[in-house]
Amino acid sequence: MDIGIVVFPGSNCDADTYHAVRDVLGQHARYVWHEETSLRGLDAVILPGGFSYGDYLRAGAIAATSPVVRALRPHVEGGGLVLGICNGFQTLLEAGFLPGAMQPNVRAEFRCEFVHVRTERADTPFTCALAPGDVLRLPIAHAEGRYVADATTRGALAAHRQVVFRYCDARGTVSAASNPNGALDGIAGIASPSGAVLGLMPHPERASEDLLGSADGLRIFASLSRWISSGRRLPAQPAEVH
Amino acid sequence: MAAELSVSSRDRAAAVGLRASEYAEICRRLGRDPSPAELGMFGVMWSEHCAYKHSKAVLRRLPTGGHGLLRGPGENAGAVSVGGGWAAVFKMESHNHPSAIAPFQGAATGIGGIIRDILAMGARPIALLDSLRFGPPRDPAVAPILRGVVAGIAAYGNSIGVPTVGGELVCAPCYRRNPLVNVACLGLVPEQRIASSRAAGAGNAVVYLGARTGRDGMQGAAFASVELAGDPTDRSAVQMGDPFTGKLLIEATLEALGTGAVVAVQDMGAAGLTCALSESSARGGVGMDVDLQLVPRREEGMTPEEVLLSESQERMLLVVARGREAEVLRVAETWALPAVVIGRVVDAPLLTVRDGDRVVACLDPRHLTEAPEYAPDATPPAYLAAARRVDLASLPEVPAGEALLRLLAAPAIASKRWLYRQYDHMVQTNTVVAPGADAAVLRLRDAAPRGLALAVDGNGRFTYLDPYVGGILAVLEAAQNLACAGASPAAVTDCLNFASPERPEVFWTFRQAVDGIARACEVLDVPVVGGNVSFYNEAGEGIFPTPVVAMLGRLGDVRAHGTPGWARDGDLVVLLGGGLPRLDGSEYVATLHGITAGRLREPDLFAVARLIRCVKDIVATALVASAHDCADGGLAVALAECCLAGGRGADVSLGDVGTGGQRELLFGEAIGRVLVSLRPEAMPALTEVTRRLAVPLVVIGRVRGDRLTIGAGPGEAAEPWLDVPVCDLRAAWDPEEGLRA
Repeated sequence: MDIGIVVFPGSNCDADTYHAVRDVLGQHARYVWHEETSLRGLDAVILPGGFSYGDYLRAGAIAATSPVVRALRPHVEGGGLVLGICNGFQTLLEAGFLPGAMQPNVRAEFRCEFVHVRTERADTPFTCALAPGDVLRLPIAHAEGRYVADATTRGALAAHRQVVFRYCDARGTVSAASNPNGALDGIAGIASPSGAVLGLMPHPERASEDLLGSADGLRIFASLSRWISSGRRLPAQPAEVH
Repeated sequence: MAAELSVSSRDRAAAVGLRASEYAEICRRLGRDPSPAELGMFGVMWSEHCAYKHSKAVLRRLPTGGHGLLRGPGENAGAVSVGGGWAAVFKMESHNHPSAIAPFQGAATGIGGIIRDILAMGARPIALLDSLRFGPPRDPAVAPILRGVVAGIAAYGNSIGVPTVGGELVCAPCYRRNPLVNVACLGLVPEQRIASSRAAGAGNAVVYLGARTGRDGMQGAAFASVELAGDPTDRSAVQMGDPFTGKLLIEATLEALGTGAVVAVQDMGAAGLTCALSESSARGGVGMDVDLQLVPRREEGMTPEEVLLSESQERMLLVVARGREAEVLRVAETWALPAVVIGRVVDAPLLTVRDGDRVVACLDPRHLTEAPEYAPDATPPAYLAAARRVDLASLPEVPAGEALLRLLAAPAIASKRWLYRQYDHMVQTNTVVAPGADAAVLRLRDAAPRGLALAVDGNGRFTYLDPYVGGILAVLEAAQNLACAGASPAAVTDCLNFASPERPEVFWTFRQAVDGIARACEVLDVPVVGGNVSFYNEAGEGIFPTPVVAMLGRLGDVRAHGTPGWARDGDLVVLLGGGLPRLDGSEYVATLHGITAGRLREPDLFAVARLIRCVKDIVATALVASAHDCADGGLAVALAECCLAGGRGADVSLGDVGTGGQRELLFGEAIGRVLVSLRPEAMPALTEVTRRLAVPLVVIGRVRGDRLTIGAGPGEAAEPWLDVPVCDLRAAWDPEEGLRA
């Protein structure tokens, strides 16, 4: 099993993600430089959080045009998995791997705190060690995390069961009060229809050790590891949705 | 001497902010008049901000040696051993003037600047703290400054990926037009790889690394050395920050150091290229020969003086071994940063600055770095006698419950969640105790199970009433906070914020405060490894003399750390320490009665040192379930904070807690008091520790229920002094969270 963690100029959660996957989970991981054009040999690629290229145009917009993101398409079409965390999620939206867009948080400021998310789907490579309804305690840290989508996209998300995580309270109830950024329908994470690509605003790598306040995030990496080692394959699907 | 100067010399000196006598001294040292470029260089290097002309002699009183010290003052930042072969590099600086004029950029570049100080030691920056002072937050002149500063810290710190793990926010009218923005940074480096700023080796390359040079921040150091005039052209003296380039600079610098080809490294901060060239040469006892034409620029038509004095951000100066330049330039290219060899080190202590084939400056770099020192007059301020003579007992009574709720809502005490959640305090995944507790706690991933704790403290009110005691209290308070987290003090860095040192009464308070800091550090045996002095903090009125102390602590095992919240119903609540609470200078008197008055007493330093040792021991051995020190607002506020952090109530009786009236017992303040909670069966072990260290102990109540009840005695016979549901405490302390609950 080999998991690649992309390093863009300005990524700042790359080392944290590497630590969670390699040191905590004990899986093999390697850094992938943003100029690399081939992802051959990698079972999964993680786009980490941070401020790729300074996020100077829009969060993730410049990263979406980088060589490594172009290489994601053959990777996914060949059965590879992709996890975008925070800035990585923003990049996947900008690059068209996932539908919808991110806008500034309802309260137009950066927000870093622990929140709860409810697992909506447990049959993806990133949630297979969870059960539907499981509540995870994970931190968020973003200024642009208000997920938005038009009515058509919203319908498609429902039809293909693409919403994987929603913000909720400690008991799993989704409400306006438990929504930290104003995201549509409390959406915290969505997957491609096949489940091969997941975008997630909260940071599972920051919640991978009890010493840091929660180890719930490790269950997402553990799912990934279990899925890959079980040799399960997803039905082939085009990489880009729009 | 000054009288001999011609009028034109006098004008030349004044144009760069120097005195006529200083101009004469420059001529004497050079044996000639300085060139225009040289004069500009002297102007910034001999500014108060760079040269510490008025403070240097006083700062020598601070203890700078001690156990585990690896680098003291004089380098870019101090360094102490934290075990496992690792060194912690630690420094605090002020960015007050820029933040007053351009709050967002001023604060952002303050963060960038302190990060590069740490980086210049070869350390990876791993945490930031910020200590902020503003006028009343709802004042229309203050609100935009506060908003801008917070947004600037967030924008820069979040993007560059260094967590902001703690700090303080204090509001008082004296900071209305002159806010204080003090930022500290902590970095980690293997002890064997601490970098030096000493240039060495004739023929070695002088390499410029980082952002291009523009006209921003011209003479920022000189600007920081005068009173704020409210002149809108001051804005050109403020630098512009770019955290993305700052992040690239961190990675490129550390990678360049990793090649082993870098002999010395120096950041370009205040006084820009001038300071970097002269300090690294002077420290190394060598010279340099550089050509400004080679400096990467982002603006056309810059004069040599502008290039020399620009304070453009995100730049470093490296000295690279001859023949290995390509290795370093290749690293820069990887990170898409400009890097150019702009000159060479020479043996003779002579700094030669060329603009193409024209020499614009040629002088001994030590002339620039060794500015004159002054010993200003010092006299006790006239206000002291009146401020100390006030009869606090005659202040009108406020019902205790109401007083507590008003104190909890005061800016200095109220929840700062709205603030610190705007800062990424978790990136790098080392944050074990997040902002909001007594101290932040970080794990040392590469030296497990060790940890570090950080606290920052300063109380301008105390220093105003008694600068010597105020200095002592700032240090003790920080150490007490670390002890509550389970850490023992390892190093201090400080920011000394004062008005003009040229006023004798200001200089007296400065000297007294430094003496107080020195005294407390000696007793605690903790070295002051660096810091800065910010004078001329006056826009109309002077600020409270405000020394701010940041303290670093070590934890042997980070898993055994302390937090303030009650852990379990039924635990005993115990007050440790013998401090005698008084209303003098208290938050109670300031918040409820709007006055800063009273007489402070010098605490029993050795008793407080024993308490600190005791608390650290009982937290680190997990004997207690919570620990929290009694600070602003006294015992009642401390109890309320334990309730809020733990989400539980307590039933407390103060009948056995010394003498004094109800107000003194509830809201009086004294250093040397810590609240702990523990299982009843752990009491014998606790009393054994407190007896051994001669620390007074009183059991004052129990954790239980969802109300905080405080009275004079046990049982229902007596009417309690206050009885407030925890949800009401929360509504006062954190209105937003109160609504949600």
